Amino acid sequence: MNRYAVAAIYKFEMARTKRTIFQSIISPVISTSLYFVVFGSAIGSRITEIDGVSYGAFIVPGLIMLSLLTQSISNASFGIYFPKFTGTIYELLSAPVSSFEVLLGYVGAAATKSILLALIILATAHFFVPLEIAHPFWMLFFLVMTAITFSLFGFIIGIWADNFEKLQVIPLIVITPLVFLGGTFYSVSMLPPFWQTVTQFNPVFYLISGFRWSFYEVADVSLLTSFCVMSGFLAFCLLAVTWIFKSGYQIKQ
Amino acid sequence: MQPIIQITDVNKVYAGGFQALNNINLSIKPAEIFALLGPNGAGKTTLISAICGIVDATSGQITVDGKDIVTGYRHTRSLIGLVPQELTTDAFETVWTTVSFSRGLFGKKPNPAFIEKTLKSLSLWDKKDNKMIELSGGMKRRVMIAKALSHEPAILFLDEPTAGVDVELRKDMWQLVRELRNDGVTIILTTHYIEEAEEIADRIGVIKNGQLILVEDKIALMNQLGKKQLILDLKEPLIEIPAQLTDFNLQLQNEGMQLIYSYDTTDEHTGISALLQQLSVAAIAFKDIKTDQSSLEDIFVSLVREKT
Repeated sequence: MNRYAVAAIYKFEMARTKRTIFQSIISPVISTSLYFVVFGSAIGSRITEIDGVSYGAFIVPGLIMLSLLTQSISNASFGIYFPKFTGTIYELLSAPVSSFEVLLGYVGAAATKSILLALIILATAHFFVPLEIAHPFWMLFFLVMTAITFSLFGFIIGIWADNFEKLQVIPLIVITPLVFLGGTFYSVSMLPPFWQTVTQFNPVFYLISGFRWSFYEVADVSLLTSFCVMSGFLAFCLLAVTWIFKSGYQIKQ
Repeated sequence: MQPIIQITDVNKVYAGGFQALNNINLSIKPAEIFALLGPNGAGKTTLISAICGIVDATSGQITVDGKDIVTGYRHTRSLIGLVPQELTTDAFETVWTTVSFSRGLFGKKPNPAFIEKTLKSLSLWDKKDNKMIELSGGMKRRVMIAKALSHEPAILFLDEPTAGVDVELRKDMWQLVRELRNDGVTIILTTHYIEEAEEIADRIGVIKNGQLILVEDKIALMNQLGKKQLILDLKEPLIEIPAQLTDFNLQLQNEGMQLIYSYDTTDEHTGISALLQQLSVAAIAFKDIKTDQSSLEDIFVSLVREKT
């Protein structure tokens, strides 16, 4: 194991967060606070409770997931896309590092950053709504697993993208709608039957459901189902990354 | 002596079908300076990239320090430092962090003293806290070299190292290359500047259309292919070469005002004395005399044209 290389990549990526603190931390915190104000206060005054949980508190896990998913993808995709864009990837390709070590550095840093952000948002949420975490272990488990899985997914997007538009297209037109339609702001049981069926095909719905269960023990699907869907998506990302490194897709000529 | 790099039957065909390398065979000796010359698109950068692992060879084998670059990549890559042709840098990183990053990436424990020494040797110490974006092109080139040297490589690849740098910096770099070689580092450089190869290389390879058309010791190459000429500026023009001088390899130029005698420097008898004697007999007077030897550039141009 080239641990110095892993540390170098990890530190390099973490240092980028410091340089872009507004974009990386402050901006998502402000956006999430606005969600609390708009959805929690304005709509929350009309919808008082969902499954016995106050509306403001109900949306907290979904909002954390929204930031976690988008930031994991954004951090990892930018992390690997930038060396490709600037040409500095030559150094990575000519270094004595394995694919696993490269992943460990980039995905590790991206996941760390998004977990830190999620924890900051969780702390921020405390200022707006009273929060309880019924199962802290499962909460952290979902947090870490989701961050790793979606950082891997972001890494794949960063490799696939050959321009800035492609880098943005999946997070904007796929991930954000999936999060919004995955039960961030409502319980699926509130939807008409047709849309309830459609929601069953949204993988993010299972993540939010499982994560919300760790807070309030209320969920649209069982914990096991959420766990299986997340594990399945993680396995898919790992297989895709393995294929990318073996084939050299979009990295080597 | 075991070669430090051994390239055997290497071919590279890109996805579009373009053959960038065509059956390359080459051995690089330890601690030599090898210059790879060739026109644009000849395959110089592809060859370097294949050795460093940036592109995969389609067929053939490359070994570094006796180890295959695919199966033994950890060992082979840790021995190599690469200065690429393009100034590809992280614009917002400082000189210190980018050079330290390279050392870590190549598996070396942090060593601030070594990084300091490297930056000082490249006159970069006072720029260590500057962001890359703030540096001039020449300074960025020095940083690229510092990054390549940061992990103390045994082999250094310099892909067009002095492209776009001023004369002073070019000479500094030549000096650095010589010092590195004296420390036992093997250096492979590609260049468009023939004078660069002439100045610092021990051996020269010429590549064209993906084929290595020549590999030769620089001095031997110049002796072997270098022609020397004796040029006589005449007082009166000649219409033709007089009959008594036809045995000499002579040419008339500049409307008969210059007589050019080509000879082989390696011959024991160059024929110069005999020629001068015959000129005197033929009463051909000259006002000036000079000699000219073909440069590596002339040799390179003639080789590339010959093989076209």
